[in-house]
Amino acid sequence: MSPTLASIHITATYPLTLAALLFTIGAVGLLTRRNVLVMFMCVELMLNAVNLTFVSFANQLNDIRGQVIVFFVLAVAAAEVAVGLGIIVAIFRRRRGATADDLDLLKDPVMDEAGQ
Amino acid sequence: MSARDLLDLIWIVPALPLLGAVVLLLFGKRIGEPFAGWIATGLVGLSFVASLVMFFAMLDLPSDVRVNVITLYTWLPAGALHVDMGFYADTLSVTWILLITGVGSLIHLYSIGYMHGDERFSRFFAYLNLFVFSMLMLVLGSSFLVTFLGWEGVGLCSYLLVSFWFERNAAAVAGKKAFVTNRVGDVGFLLAMFLIFASYGSLNYAAIPAGAHSISSGTATAIALLLLVAAIGKSAQIPLHLWLPDAMEGPTPVSALIHAATMVTAGIFLLCRAHVFLDLSADAGTVVAWVGGITALLAGTVAILQPDIKRVLAYSTVSQLGYMFLAIGIHAYTAAVFMVLCHAFYKGCLFLGAGSVIHGNHDVQDMRVMGRFRKFMPYTALSMVVAWLAIAGVPPLSGFFSKDEIISQAFLRDDYGLWVIGIVAAGFTAVYMTRLIWLTFYGNERYETVALEGTIIPIVSGGSGEVEDEHGAVATAPSDDDADSDPSPTVSYGDPVATPVGHAPHESPPIMTFPIMVLAVLAAVGGLMNLPFSSMEWLDKWLASSFRGVPEVHPDTFIGGLGLEMLTFAIALCGIGLAYTLYKKGLEHADRDPLNEKLGPVAAILGNAYYYDAGVSKLVGGPGRAIAGWLDRVVDNEIIDGAVNGVGSLVGLLSRGVQQMQDGRVRRYALGITIGAVAALLYVVIWLGR
Repeated sequence: MSPTLASIHITATYPLTLAALLFTIGAVGLLTRRNVLVMFMCVELMLNAVNLTFVSFANQLNDIRGQVIVFFVLAVAAAEVAVGLGIIVAIFRRRRGATADDLDLLKDPVMDEAGQ
Repeated sequence: MSARDLLDLIWIVPALPLLGAVVLLLFGKRIGEPFAGWIATGLVGLSFVASLVMFFAMLDLPSDVRVNVITLYTWLPAGALHVDMGFYADTLSVTWILLITGVGSLIHLYSIGYMHGDERFSRFFAYLNLFVFSMLMLVLGSSFLVTFLGWEGVGLCSYLLVSFWFERNAAAVAGKKAFVTNRVGDVGFLLAMFLIFASYGSLNYAAIPAGAHSISSGTATAIALLLLVAAIGKSAQIPLHLWLPDAMEGPTPVSALIHAATMVTAGIFLLCRAHVFLDLSADAGTVVAWVGGITALLAGTVAILQPDIKRVLAYSTVSQLGYMFLAIGIHAYTAAVFMVLCHAFYKGCLFLGAGSVIHGNHDVQDMRVMGRFRKFMPYTALSMVVAWLAIAGVPPLSGFFSKDEIISQAFLRDDYGLWVIGIVAAGFTAVYMTRLIWLTFYGNERYETVALEGTIIPIVSGGSGEVEDEHGAVATAPSDDDADSDPSPTVSYGDPVATPVGHAPHESPPIMTFPIMVLAVLAAVGGLMNLPFSSMEWLDKWLASSFRGVPEVHPDTFIGGLGLEMLTFAIALCGIGLAYTLYKKGLEHADRDPLNEKLGPVAAILGNAYYYDAGVSKLVGGPGRAIAGWLDRVVDNEIIDGAVNGVGSLVGLLSRGVQQMQDGRVRRYALGITIGAVAALLYVVIWLGR
């Protein structure tokens, strides 16, 4: 650790607070925005907020395992991006728009019969 | 090769008939007549040779270790229940495989002639081979479950073969009746197996120690009685005997093989195999003996008035099987096995002979239109006369020794009631067999014209040349009822006299008479297996290792034994004499049976078999059907179906509410996840963090 950084004396509170903020922004964005692409970005934000907590705790507890998990999360996130973006592109091609509330094909068809 | 190495190959014995059955079921049509028959006969013959090898290998073992158990593979590894597919070879099972394959191959050979021209010729032999395989599995199985496999197998084959000519309604119905009646007995077998498993933790014969005292006598009685129920079903004892007379609708070789020589003795085999339980329970033994004794007597009384040659033999079989049950009940197991063997010889011969008569008489089975057939079928007649003397108990033929041993054993074990029953039944045996022989082979000729009471109805003699189509069962069956184009040739008591054939019968081809004569010779000399003189009781000594711990009772003196035997013989002579006086001239009027006249009002009761069959039909058809209908309408439709449907609609109602949540909106799902996550987090922080 370089002497400059050491003098600033960052405790784990700062990154954890930042991570909590980022996570909340992501969660609220996911629940409020309707555009699938934006929702997707929110999910990424939440994932990286979690990564940040992992790294902070790894540093604080002097345990390498937290950093290892981050690599797994990154790998999964990369895969998820590939699949998710692929789906979003497919939706755009088909519908000229990507509003999440329109994409309700998976709902129980019985409810339609019931007049809902 | 040592004897044990050879005995390890005992699986070959059932494998050969199985091979035959598979080949004939797959390619039977292509192989066709007569090669299908020769293949089947050859394989059963080879199986007999293999059985002989097993017999000599067994003889080679020291007499106290004559048991060889082999395991082919694990059949059912189900928790505590572990059943192997294996074979249990001891002197008892080897005796039975010799009987099955020996008599079986003779009857296969006979069938080649008898079934000549039948459209399902090869299928018949496939079934016959399958039967032999199942029967061998039954006797060789190393556990009750393998035996049960064979038990069901022979039941299936019996069904298939009884209703082999299923175009006849009577045959189809008889097959069903045999099958359903046997189901009743099978319930006993299953329950007995449950009890045995509960007591010993295994179904293997080897796991049940000889003279086992590890179970209470109550359990032993229950097991023995449940096995008796099974045996009663399979061996046609009262009260489940009613399927056997109807089973005569099957082809006659089937009656000989399945319903006289082998399958019906499966009940005897089972009780012998499980004799440990009978030894432990005196009560069960008494029940077995009395079931047998009563059956022997009642079936004998019914047989004396039947007009149908095969039905006489069927009731006779029921009666003779009763003797074997009697012997088992008084713990005279060797006597029972001895009787099984001798019975297979003489009853096999009688059935094959009856088949030859029916074959030569164009499928007419009514003895009232036969008579004096010895002129036309000398070989059949001679063989049947030998078998008749054997079954009637004339010394020194086999029936004398075998039946007499049972009757004397009853006397020597102080069961005087059973002894009297045995003697009286022996008298009836002599009467009905003598009647059969005289009506068929002696007396007046009744195949051309038949005299009914007061009038003589001339039947146009068969002047229209030789009947070439002598084997066409359908073409030559006499029928005066055009509505039923293919009527059953079976005649029951009280039926009108069948139309005479109109011309002389013919002797059967050598392929049929040869097995009959071989069986006649065996019926004559079969008694040599177990002569009632010490040091000549070979069967006793041979079976001793299978019936260890069962004391045999021997007469105190040679003279005492001889006296008992002479008494039985005297009764038999009385029976023969009585029947001879009544039937020596045949029937003056075909519809008037002298014995029937003599018996007066009793005749109808005996002839109709005590109205038992009719009573059961009425009971099952009336109240039984009503109860079944009520169960169907109320219990099944309303209570059981109501419960099932009620559960279904309840779940449906519940799901209506939950279903609302699945609206397909991703954001709402996300909200749900978030709320859930927050709730879980709160739980962790607040409750667990305290």
